[in-house]
Amino acid sequence: MPAAIAEAERVPAVTPPVAPPSFGTLALRWYRLNQGRLRATAIGIISLLAFLLVWHLLTTYRVVFFVRFTNVPSPVAVYGSFTKAIHDPKFLMHIVLSCRRILVGFSLAAIVGVPLGLIMGRFKLVHEVIFPVAEVLRPIPAIAWVPMAIMLWPTNEQSIVFITFLGSFFPILVNTLHGMTLVDPVLVRAAQCLGARERAIFREVYFPASLPHIFTGLTVGMGVAWVSLIAAEMISGQYGIGYFTWEAYSLVQYADIALGMIAIGVLGLGSSLLIRGAGHLVMPWRSTR
Amino acid sequence: MSEMLASEPKGHIEVKNFSLSYDSIEGPVQAVTDTQIHVKPGEFVSIVGPSGCGKSTLLNAVAGFLKPTTGIVTVDGERVNGPSAERGMVFQQYSLFPWKTVRENVEFGLKMRGMPRSQRERAARTLLGLAGLEAFEKHYPEKLSGGMKQRVGIVRALATGPKVLLLDEPFGALDAQTRVIMQQILTNMWQRLKISVLFVTHDIDEAIFLSDRVYCMTARPGSIKAEIPIPLERPRQQSMMMSSEFLALRRGLMSLIREESLKAMGGEINDMGMQGLNIELHGHSLADVI
Ligand SMILES: Nc1ncnc2c1ncn2[C@@H]1O[C@H](COP(=O)(O)OP(=O)(O)OP(=O)(O)O)[C@@H](O)[C@H]1O
Ligand SMILES: [Mg+2]
Repeated sequence: MPAAIAEAERVPAVTPPVAPPSFGTLALRWYRLNQGRLRATAIGIISLLAFLLVWHLLTTYRVVFFVRFTNVPSPVAVYGSFTKAIHDPKFLMHIVLSCRRILVGFSLAAIVGVPLGLIMGRFKLVHEVIFPVAEVLRPIPAIAWVPMAIMLWPTNEQSIVFITFLGSFFPILVNTLHGMTLVDPVLVRAAQCLGARERAIFREVYFPASLPHIFTGLTVGMGVAWVSLIAAEMISGQYGIGYFTWEAYSLVQYADIALGMIAIGVLGLGSSLLIRGAGHLVMPWRSTR
Repeated sequence: MSEMLASEPKGHIEVKNFSLSYDSIEGPVQAVTDTQIHVKPGEFVSIVGPSGCGKSTLLNAVAGFLKPTTGIVTVDGERVNGPSAERGMVFQQYSLFPWKTVRENVEFGLKMRGMPRSQRERAARTLLGLAGLEAFEKHYPEKLSGGMKQRVGIVRALATGPKVLLLDEPFGALDAQTRVIMQQILTNMWQRLKISVLFVTHDIDEAIFLSDRVYCMTARPGSIKAEIPIPLERPRQQSMMMSSEFLALRRGLMSLIREESLKAMGGEINDMGMQGLNIELHGHSLADVI
């Protein structure tokens, strides 16, 4: 074999000189490759603009047609309160606090949920013990935990984080467990006859094989975490973007209601994008598609 | 590398008084009964037989994934009781780890053995070079063709220097041309490494072309129906497949298999109830009709 390589190297590489493609051809090629995505982006922008326009028309003409747009703020009004809010440290504090609650609650859920799911998937006894309890608690919406959480935890802050935790915990646990049950037994066998023992099989086969489902769980969990957080903030909070939105209603600051809603939407979108990005980083074999 | 090119061939497989039955709701399913096979050190042995006759069962027992119901499996006199890196295995389904690159897949066994990274990278590169895969070392398996995947699978199984290589219809999913190339590659590697090979296939040509000896199994419950030595000289060329010697072997094996396949199918058709199918046998056996 080394001889063959040496021989191959002795042959001078005769590649005909190719002129580097001009900017025009490159641009054209790029356009062709990304045509689908460009189209989707363009249509997306148009549809968002159309949404804004409809919103604008409905509110400026104060349409009443089953639903009443009489008091709904117009996009311009919301933009106005947005420019005011970004200079208002109180508004920023609401956002920072909500983000911190999500970060703590969600991270705890991931730190507990993923390993627990992995262990439940691997060890029957743990599964048999924990699964029934999880199944009973799972259907209870996190919001229903609010009174209980207030009793359980000494501070309001802790009970809100706890509710955020609960909201994301079950999707993460269930999806991780699901991923474990779908691991291809042939891969486990392949690892075994390459000399892998229990721990190595767990680390090298079960864990990476479950990663796609773990990330599905994290994405769903993040969504539910926001739902639970906002509900908890509206009911029992003193700060946070959910509280801000509810307070705006009590103070008859209609533009701030919409601002709060949009802020929640943007934060939710941003956090799920973060998770998706992390997924691409952790699973390079899936993102090369 | 040097340890892999061991001069003294090892890997004597012996399967004695073997039987294996699976548990099912309707009671135990006898998959293999009363089977004796052996593979001498450095020998290439194939098992052919009709579908469902227990070829995979037998091979999985040699690999250590299944425990024999009766009998014993030994390799070099040591009883097999669980999978080990001494017995490399290539599966019919592609079984590369999708989250590892081609090279990381090949390195896996060495990593399990605790070989330092730089050393195992070098070993993996050398092996991939032998199989003509060095250009793909950084690719993920998903990007490879079926033939390449199985080639990587074979290289991965050989990387730890096993005493025996077990293959379960490894080329079953490949097209005819790719299959021929893969057979050549497997033969080359086997001759170079001088290890024992136990090869399961339902392709008679493949069995004859590759093997020193072929076991033919009966329909389920499987047992050894015949043992056929293949005296064709080595190295074997594609052109030999037209020789009268080859064709004679082929004809012999073919009729053995045909009998058993019909038995297997006849069983199934009887199970389904022939009346419903509107076929009248007039007292003939299904074999006569077909
Ligand atoms: N886990 C199982 N439980 C019950 N029966 C099984 C099980 N696995 C296999 N069998 C039965 O045992 C018999 C032998 O199976 P095996 O997979 O060894 O056959 P095979 O010769 O490899 O078939 P093929 O050529 O289709 O791969 C089959 O009839 C099959 O239905
Ligand atoms: Mg099989």
